[in-house]
Amino acid sequence: MDAGLPALVVVVPLLSALLLGLVGRWWRGAAPVFLLGATGFACAGSIRLLWRAAQLPPGESLVYAMGAWPAPTGIVYVVDRLNGIVLTMVASVAFLVAVWMIRPVGREIREAARISYAVVMLLFVTGLLGITITGDVFNLYVFLEIASITAYVLVAMGRRRQALYAGFSYLVVGSIGATFILLGIGHLYMATGSLTMSDIAARLPAQYVAHPSVVLTAFGFLTAGLAMKMALFPLHGWQPAAYTFAPSTSSVLLAATATKVAAYAFYRFAFGVFGLDFLQLHFPALRDGVVVMAAAAIVVGPLMAVRQDDMKRLLAYSSVGQIGYIMLGVVLLNAEGLTGGILHFWNHAAAKAALFCAAGVLVYHTGRARVSDLAGLGRVAPFTGTALTVAGCSLVGVPLTAGFLSKLYLATGALAAGRWFLVPVLLFSSILTAVYVWRFVQLVWFTPPPEPRTIPDEVPWSMRLPALALAAACIVFGTTSLSVDLARRAAEAILG
Amino acid sequence: VLDFLLAHYNYVIYIALMMIGLYAILARDNLVKKIIGLTLLQTAVFLFYISIGKIDRGTVPVEWPDRPPEIPYENPVPHVLMLTAIVVGVGTSAVALALIVRIKAAYGTIEDEEIIAADEQSAEEDV
Repeated sequence: MDAGLPALVVVVPLLSALLLGLVGRWWRGAAPVFLLGATGFACAGSIRLLWRAAQLPPGESLVYAMGAWPAPTGIVYVVDRLNGIVLTMVASVAFLVAVWMIRPVGREIREAARISYAVVMLLFVTGLLGITITGDVFNLYVFLEIASITAYVLVAMGRRRQALYAGFSYLVVGSIGATFILLGIGHLYMATGSLTMSDIAARLPAQYVAHPSVVLTAFGFLTAGLAMKMALFPLHGWQPAAYTFAPSTSSVLLAATATKVAAYAFYRFAFGVFGLDFLQLHFPALRDGVVVMAAAAIVVGPLMAVRQDDMKRLLAYSSVGQIGYIMLGVVLLNAEGLTGGILHFWNHAAAKAALFCAAGVLVYHTGRARVSDLAGLGRVAPFTGTALTVAGCSLVGVPLTAGFLSKLYLATGALAAGRWFLVPVLLFSSILTAVYVWRFVQLVWFTPPPEPRTIPDEVPWSMRLPALALAAACIVFGTTSLSVDLARRAAEAILG
Repeated sequence: VLDFLLAHYNYVIYIALMMIGLYAILARDNLVKKIIGLTLLQTAVFLFYISIGKIDRGTVPVEWPDRPPEIPYENPVPHVLMLTAIVVGVGTSAVALALIVRIKAAYGTIEDEEIIAADEQSAEEDV
């Protein structure tokens, strides 16, 4: 069981998706059972994998060879601290979403489509887990497409007709991005004749000397493609509409995981395939480009967010900024910056998922997600209000919350890399974030609820508990050294 | 330069196809035409992959009794990868076309600009 765990973490959600499609024809209530079972297994399995990977000496990783075919011939699954963190993030968010969605899904998805919605969701989670765990570049592409195609459907199943168009726009941009990634992988194969990440990494330095243009083309295509997938400014055009019009369950899941797994894929390609030497020696011009894009994202995201009236659209723009933080971690190329970037995978997932849960509460009661409807929420629904406030604080980076730590590490990393101008950028974005979070806090706690009440009372416990768990994670990651130690050791293993 | 282009004519075609596809996606308003562009873009990538596996006067990677040893094998891996990519491409187009059918039913049009205009007029319509 333990030896096959890397494969099972992906295979169990995949098979339960297919099985649910069959069983669901006769057993209408099967969806929550399968969703909870499969994501619960993936969650427990990935925590176990992360725990085991954390015991290994730095530089080593758990390797599982599919069908016992060794590395360059067969496909391998690899778990180290970096992807263990991302794996745990995806699986635990998926599990919490599976709990959270039990009630609201009944109000947002047609009865006839509920089984298919759960099947698509399980396939989406399978895709994300596969992207994270695989050590083979083409396998990564296949999982990327599984996660992408299902994500388009998850968006397009929204209740309003704009969801269809948002899903279509996402499909077009996402497919161009995926095609670019496929081309990048093709150029890598052209240069090295291999598809296994560790094998490519070993062959690439010699190939860079012999055929520099092929390797650079590969890197360019991969960067452009992944930037579209992760909605890095200025390629974020598809994202706000997609998050706004998707059913609230899809919004929680997509916002917390989809773009971040694409960002992780960039980490994996940058450090696991091209390697540190390539990045330091041949990447400066492109690196400055990515720094500018990330810094622009960090400013523009919250700048657009403060002027939104729709809470989901507001949070979507905020995500554009937060992806900038994660990308900043990779381009600073020092231990502090990288630690901050890796920490932000967890920290942003927890905070943003909790905030989208709160937006989902609005949709649950009013059918819309207008920020003004938050008025008096704290009195009517204190649990939701508390989760919203804590997660908002973490997004701003208030001390004692998780967001503070990742921003602190990123700022220290920026100073250590001699890019001092990033510190005012980070501060400015935190202030803007504080502006819209304060708007939430003021409405939730200091405004009397309107009469007649738009939000009649608290949501069911199945919706309260996941939001509270995510908010608690913001506090736990902010006050204990648990996540910081892991992220720091992952960063040190990458930097050697 | 001309010799280089002629010798690499398959790569030239792949780049041309890719640009035509991207142009169609960006410049056309009709959603079906956008999907045609997307398919062209994906087909360009198939051509690229098949080109990198091709060897001049190479043969299929199958052993037969009196195979002349001077004939090299072609690399089958890129071809196999493209089987997967073709399936992915079909899946993407299928989802896209299904969405277009639903968009037509909800908006009564499949022209980009008309859809955006319709949303500006009445933003609150359910499907």
